[in-house]
Amino acid sequence: MVANKIGKHTVKFNNKPEILGTGSVVGVKEGEGPLGKRFDVVLEDDTFNEKTWEKAEIKMLSESILLSMKKAGKTEKEIDAIISGDLLNQLMSASFTARDFDVPFIGIYGACSTMTESMILGSVLVDGGYAENVVSAASSHFCTSERQFRNPLEHGNQRPPAAQWTATASGSVVIGITNKPNIVLTYATLGKVVDPGITDAHQMGAAMAPAALDTIHTHLLDTNREPAYYDLIITGDLGHIGKDILLDMSKNRGIDLEKVHMDCGVILYDEDQDTHSGGSGCGCSASVFAGHIYREILEGKLKKVLLVSTGALLSTTSTMQGDSIPGIAHAIAIEVEDS
Amino acid sequence: MSKKKKQDEQVKKEQAKAYEKYVKQFTPNPKYFSNAIKAFFIGGLVCTAALYLQNLFMAQGMMKKDAATAVTVILVCSAQLLTGIGWFDSIARFAGAGVIVPITGFANSMVSPAMEFKKEGLVLGSGAKLFTLAGPVLVCGISVSVIIGIIHLIIDK
Amino acid sequence: MDYLWAFIIGGLICVIGQLLMDFTKLTPPRILVIFVVAGAILTGLGLYQPIVDFAKSGATVPLPGFGYLLAKGAMDAVKIDGFMGALVGGLKETAAGITAAIVFGYIIALIFSPKPLR
Repeated sequence: MVANKIGKHTVKFNNKPEILGTGSVVGVKEGEGPLGKRFDVVLEDDTFNEKTWEKAEIKMLSESILLSMKKAGKTEKEIDAIISGDLLNQLMSASFTARDFDVPFIGIYGACSTMTESMILGSVLVDGGYAENVVSAASSHFCTSERQFRNPLEHGNQRPPAAQWTATASGSVVIGITNKPNIVLTYATLGKVVDPGITDAHQMGAAMAPAALDTIHTHLLDTNREPAYYDLIITGDLGHIGKDILLDMSKNRGIDLEKVHMDCGVILYDEDQDTHSGGSGCGCSASVFAGHIYREILEGKLKKVLLVSTGALLSTTSTMQGDSIPGIAHAIAIEVEDS
Repeated sequence: MSKKKKQDEQVKKEQAKAYEKYVKQFTPNPKYFSNAIKAFFIGGLVCTAALYLQNLFMAQGMMKKDAATAVTVILVCSAQLLTGIGWFDSIARFAGAGVIVPITGFANSMVSPAMEFKKEGLVLGSGAKLFTLAGPVLVCGISVSVIIGIIHLIIDK
Repeated sequence: MDYLWAFIIGGLICVIGQLLMDFTKLTPPRILVIFVVAGAILTGLGLYQPIVDFAKSGATVPLPGFGYLLAKGAMDAVKIDGFMGALVGGLKETAAGITAAIVFGYIIALIFSPKPLR
């Protein structure tokens, strides 16, 4: 008998794991965007005074973890695990960040869905009594992922209209339990891999939209909720194209997301910032949640939020071999406790 | 069993195709016309400038072949310098094929990865990455030239 | 008049590249390969030389011109040196351009560092 599982793929957290504090660090372009003032730190220079882009990303992730711990009022000793991931080979940024902490480390890869994945795992550990406080974090950097997945920075090319902009951003969340629960993680729905057969590596939004819909649908069925239950259902990085596809497909399934849906990749940049279809990357949903959304919750503008980070599980090898792009999405519900 | 597997694959392929078609209606098209116009004018301008330089060198008493070579070298070096100071990617974003198709694009495709991977060392970083994008061009071009040479050798006899 | 034709033919070759990029989703490296190989094959068939005579730089500066030089070098050298010519000719004809690209490119890479896009 499984105690905490409901429906098909959803887990229920009975002991009220909470978000105790968040930290977000973003790059120059993200700081110039519409959410610029909603992040803790905006870099003046994307190198962050480091010698390599990778080192800059590591410093960003490290900084956001420290910020979230500080805001949660926790020291390194009180943290039982850091769960984080990024886009680079062998989770370079996440592991090298953890090198500087005296805390056990769990590295995870979920492409751009990493933030929700780490928050779910963190909540499970805390809710199950396996850990007191857990840090869940994720990061991405335009310059590190561009050189790994696409072309060199100075290479002359034109980005197609469907292309998305990997966010230079990192976000971190401290999850723990207190006597006076406030911002509580209530349910989480684990997503399954859905591959609609897109082979064009620029069509990430289209590759991930069916996975996002699948997870949202499963979540609503499992929890027996309507979309309108939430103030906001926010997907990770579908971008403008993926958002349109998700809304259209959900309408066909009889789910009305129109009023409550938003996408982190859409709101991270202004349209005139030339990002084409919007933002992407682990840091996109991580920073928008840890920065903007968390502030909206604190300010009382949002009470019930469903965060659905979406990931395109492609690799440079699979793209070159012509295989299609599998999509994934995980969902976690964040609700303000009535008091 | 294998027949069923094949059928499944066929169905999957058709679904993927249908989805791709469905996605297309949400994807804005590139600005075909204005992109082509930009490529035409910038590309034409590069070629005209090259001819002007070549004529200039020939007026100085250079042989035609040497003048053409000198122009190529100048185009290559200036494209690489523009890449170095970080202008080429902005120009290419505007002009597209207008600077990618001329020899300038080839020059850019060599420097840009070499710059990018400088931190990985001068031998296996820059040295090797100089050819990640340009290598295929050289390999295919030279191979075809050898084949053409051999064919002509046979035909001419 | 030479300048006008160089402009028009050179521009048209670039437009073909642009259309390939926009319509087919081919990446720039693939387009470079296609152009060089196409230029070499057209030269081998004797179709590119007339364009070069007509448009001058308009045909030699775009990448098919690189293929043209490779093929022309091989074809010319074969007449003098036979089989060895096929191996030597192409690179010999293009040596200056390739060497300049390698050496100057390496120097540039040592001096400059990439900047993030805005």
